[in-house]
Amino acid sequence: MRLLNRTAGRLSRHRRGPLAGLAVLLLGLLISGSLYTVFSPAQADTQPSETEQVAKGKELFLASCSFCHGQNGEGVPTVRDGYQLGPSLVGVGAAAVDFQVGTGRMPMAQPGQQVQRKPPVFNDEEVAALAAYVASLGPGPAIPNESDYSIDELSDAEREEAISRGGQIFLTNCTACHNFNGAGGAMPRGGYAPTLHGVEPRYIFEALLTGPQQMPNFSNGNLSPDEKRDVIAYLGSLEETPEYAGFTLGGLGPVSEGLFAWVVGIGGLVGAAVWIASHTTRSKKSKVNA
Amino acid sequence: MSNDNSSTTEHPVNAPDGTPVPYDTHVPTHREAEPIADPGLPAHTWRPTDVDPKAEKRAERQIAGMFIAAMVFAVLFVVAYFSFEVGDNWDTFAGLGASTITLGLTLGLSLLLIGTGIIHLARKLMADHEIIEMRHPASSPQEDRDATIQALNDGLDEAGIGRRPLVRNTMLGAVAVLGLPAVVLLRDLAPGDALDVDRLGKTIWEPGMRLVRDVVGTPILASEIEMGDLINAAPEAMFPTEENGYPELHGAEEQAEKAKGAIIIVRMDPDEITPLEGREKWTVDGIICYSKICTHVGCPISLYERTTHHVLCPCHQSTFDLADHARVIFGPAARPLPQLPIAVDDEGYLVAQSDFNEPIGASFWEREKL
Repeated sequence: MRLLNRTAGRLSRHRRGPLAGLAVLLLGLLISGSLYTVFSPAQADTQPSETEQVAKGKELFLASCSFCHGQNGEGVPTVRDGYQLGPSLVGVGAAAVDFQVGTGRMPMAQPGQQVQRKPPVFNDEEVAALAAYVASLGPGPAIPNESDYSIDELSDAEREEAISRGGQIFLTNCTACHNFNGAGGAMPRGGYAPTLHGVEPRYIFEALLTGPQQMPNFSNGNLSPDEKRDVIAYLGSLEETPEYAGFTLGGLGPVSEGLFAWVVGIGGLVGAAVWIASHTTRSKKSKVNA
Repeated sequence: MSNDNSSTTEHPVNAPDGTPVPYDTHVPTHREAEPIADPGLPAHTWRPTDVDPKAEKRAERQIAGMFIAAMVFAVLFVVAYFSFEVGDNWDTFAGLGASTITLGLTLGLSLLLIGTGIIHLARKLMADHEIIEMRHPASSPQEDRDATIQALNDGLDEAGIGRRPLVRNTMLGAVAVLGLPAVVLLRDLAPGDALDVDRLGKTIWEPGMRLVRDVVGTPILASEIEMGDLINAAPEAMFPTEENGYPELHGAEEQAEKAKGAIIIVRMDPDEITPLEGREKWTVDGIICYSKICTHVGCPISLYERTTHHVLCPCHQSTFDLADHARVIFGPAARPLPQLPIAVDDEGYLVAQSDFNEPIGASFWEREKL
């Protein structure tokens, strides 16, 4: 404001009033605002059409994804037979894009054994555009609706039933990799199954549908949408269940519990023994015979 | 204190009241002169509790105090056990429940105070004079050994076993045959007819039996399985209904059949499958089915990677390549997972062509004969 005042002041001493700068600023805003309303298209508040979304998605795709996935999403093979820089995206569907880009796994920061979850690069609108573009490449699973994975509309008894059935399905199909508590676990050759705690229900549903990275699919012909919803309900109930016994140590089972027992428990005992033995009870005084 | 090694007339150690503390009685009275003079023991230093009766009294009170506090905490444990319900107030302090905290603290402190009390007693009040204990030869003196052997021989002689081989042999026989009842009893500890080895080679699978989703029990449409799908499945006979007409199983039998019949179904590109000779018709359009039971020690396995088609056993890291007849590519398993030949029925559901053609699960002695 002071800078504005000074510039104005060079032109005329009359414009040096205390409110002159503010008035100039307001005038400028008013002019640019009205110009914008006159010239801009009058559909700023309507949804972009599908064709527009696909076009926008293609632009984003060419800039951020085509290096590995090819200019038309056909995938880029490497010299090693059977290995790909990026797999073909034809037929992976909008659900796969929403999962991979929405959780920040894609665009990939660096090639490696496992793509990691990180803050997403694109905003919701851009993710939707990318998803629309990739969905246009070939038919694939669509982004699920909230009604697909929410149990809010069920009655209490139905919810209870959904959670217990979801638990059985989870323990049969998911615990092998994701741990009985959904805390995740190690996989061969440096890979890992990520934790399911704090993952949005939509992304769990999409991961089941599309099988990201090494994870197998649990398509609708494998686990019905209702069964997927039950698994998600069970995971939600796991997070709500209080840990009555105190510390969970990550819920990783014998690995973290054993580590804690050996290092803190036995280490503490050894330390206490050393401490006891390192202090003498001797005195410099000698015995006085009574 | 004397440094003269050949003499033990003067004692190097005296008790607090000046009386000599005796050497360990096992020390030989006469010792050879040693090349390096025995420096003897340093002068004994006393503890405050040895020299100061007040300190002694104080230590006594401290120890008794610890033991009394231990009693109090043990009683408090019982009080806490009955006054707090597990599950009530589960978030009283730092995410820990009132019951958890009080039970843990009272029992822990009670045990800790008993321990510190005993250590305090040992360090402050127990007698602490030094004792010299010389090393002894490990064996008994020769005369003792001779006497023992003499006694043994005398006993054998008097029993006359050496002269009466009939008695000796029948006695040994009687003890040996006593093992038979034990063997028979142990043998029948096995559940049901587990010793019927032929049954180990068979499972509940039979031609035409549907493959159903585990836990849910619904049949699987082959056309609905997508590339990369993994289905943890079970035999339809484990979910008996009036419609399918399978008999209800109970108890150990149900558990055994459930464990033996468990399978995993995956779908991959048919071109990626390299079937064994004779197994070309065991799959349905890239859908392939294996026993879920690891061939090492029988853990159920379903850690499947769709990209590599590897399935890993979490118990001992045996890894199987499902695209290549479940060949073992890593780990202690010695055989591939048994493959279940599958087909589709006229409604399009997956069914078994037959039972497994080899025993599933871990190896056993008679396996090769089945």
